[in-house]
Amino acid sequence: MKLPFRKTEAIESPYSIEVKELTKCFGSFTAVDHISFQVKKGEIFGFLGANGAGKTTTIRMLCSLLMPTSGQATIAGYDLATQHKMIKRNIGYMSQKFSLYDDLTVFENMQMFGTIYNIPRKELKERIASSLEMLNLQDQAKTLVYSIPLGWKQKLAFATAILHRPKIVFLDEPTSGVDPIVRREFWDLIYAAASKGVTIFVTTHYMDEAEYCGRISIMSNGQLKLIGTPSELKERMGVDSIEQVFVKFVER
Amino acid sequence: MALIEVTHLNKAYGKVKALQDVSFDVHESEVFGVVGPDGAGKSTLFNILTTLLLPDSGNATVLHHDVRTDYLEIRKHIGYLPGTFSLYPDLSVEENLVFFATMYQSDIEKNMPLILPIWQQLLPFKKRPAGKLSGGMKQKLALCCALIHKPTLLFLDEPTTGVDPVSRKEFWEILRSIKQQGITVVVSTPYMDEATLCDRIALLQNGQFIKMDTPQAIISDFRGTLVSLRTPDIFRLHKLLSNAPFRCTYYPYGEHMHIILEQPLEELLPQLKQFLDQHQIQFSHIQQITPSVEDCFIEIVKNSHAQNH
Repeated sequence: MKLPFRKTEAIESPYSIEVKELTKCFGSFTAVDHISFQVKKGEIFGFLGANGAGKTTTIRMLCSLLMPTSGQATIAGYDLATQHKMIKRNIGYMSQKFSLYDDLTVFENMQMFGTIYNIPRKELKERIASSLEMLNLQDQAKTLVYSIPLGWKQKLAFATAILHRPKIVFLDEPTSGVDPIVRREFWDLIYAAASKGVTIFVTTHYMDEAEYCGRISIMSNGQLKLIGTPSELKERMGVDSIEQVFVKFVER
Repeated sequence: MALIEVTHLNKAYGKVKALQDVSFDVHESEVFGVVGPDGAGKSTLFNILTTLLLPDSGNATVLHHDVRTDYLEIRKHIGYLPGTFSLYPDLSVEENLVFFATMYQSDIEKNMPLILPIWQQLLPFKKRPAGKLSGGMKQKLALCCALIHKPTLLFLDEPTTGVDPVSRKEFWEILRSIKQQGITVVVSTPYMDEATLCDRIALLQNGQFIKMDTPQAIISDFRGTLVSLRTPDIFRLHKLLSNAPFRCTYYPYGEHMHIILEQPLEELLPQLKQFLDQHQIQFSHIQQITPSVEDCFIEIVKNSHAQNH
């Protein structure tokens, strides 16, 4: 049992995400059905599955935005059942739906999210400057977000999601509809963040992107049935692309 | 004879040029694909052709009627599946279909054979409110509602965005069967791999058609030598290639690195291998390959950038 004074304490573990028998039911429908898995620190973990398989429900639970029906999880060392606040402080989340403010400028958006996470003012200014430099958006700092192209918006949303230096960042279909060149630039950002030790938890419908992940899992009907490195899974299913693994698996 | 004729079409929203000097024709019983990323201008083009938005300049006729003046005539004969779910969420599956059939004064019984293969999959959910269907089922219902008046021309705006690879494949099989019934299809998609399933495609970027042809012709127009190599060090190699001792364009492509060379591969192979060894990059399967439409899109966009700077 957790004692009150330990509310902010994290457990030590080589894993940044540990999930045991996590389940979510909506009425009589089981959206997520006893899934268990672990994600190592600094890993790029791809979370694939057909539409309606339960991916977004799982992500919302792991971000402590939705209460599980049963099961346990530790996120960044914090217990999902009792340490919501600590989890939220230590993760970043980029939702499927674009969630920056269209009528604020690029700079104002970053400033607002940075302030919510209590980043000291001077420090925040420096972090925004270096983020904008990394994105090559220095000249756009005062541009309203609604007028910048989608690909830039997605890169900006990512930079904003990691501004408070979270231990884990959850990306729900970050590249959906983005052009092929910017899609690749986005993955450069993901790699740069991962190389600094940030754990990346990402969903995508682009199967070429699944190949960029350290490990991937495939979810179907609320269950997590397949997990491994891209090459392990291809070997196991006897095919030569993740697209074929996916098709073979989901059609079964 | 062309069912859609578009010449020098322009549309701007304030300073943003959504469509710039777009011209094209769509012929009878073809599947015409408008391929491009979000924000390229796909929906603006569709909204003009379906008479929901007026162009700033240029002309467009759909089924030989002007989109500005004869919009009522056009609307009777087209079907439109918009990019956002636009059925009535609180009507049941069946009620939605009846509603759309009634609006078009069409006979459900008579046109049922057209939608039957899709409708059968929806039958178990007949009484369910449309808003409570899964994403894939919503799309199938929307398609039935867009087809129930047996349109001559069907517009589908990003029917597969955010849809998983298996459901996407299924959706394209449905499109092929619609085409076989003699319906002309104009479809937009951000997925480059779907382009090869169209008879002709237009690549749209920043409101302009950067290329329009059959997928095969676009692929054979590819400039340069496309080389693929397999490596576990994709992102390290990606950084290193900016210092390569030869001119090339490069980008990751799944577990492969694609490199576009200006010379034939044989000429540069020793240099390339030496470069990889020197930086201790493991690799295998180094070979020249046939480009995909995605490779073509990247090559065209990167080339036009290079010419502009």
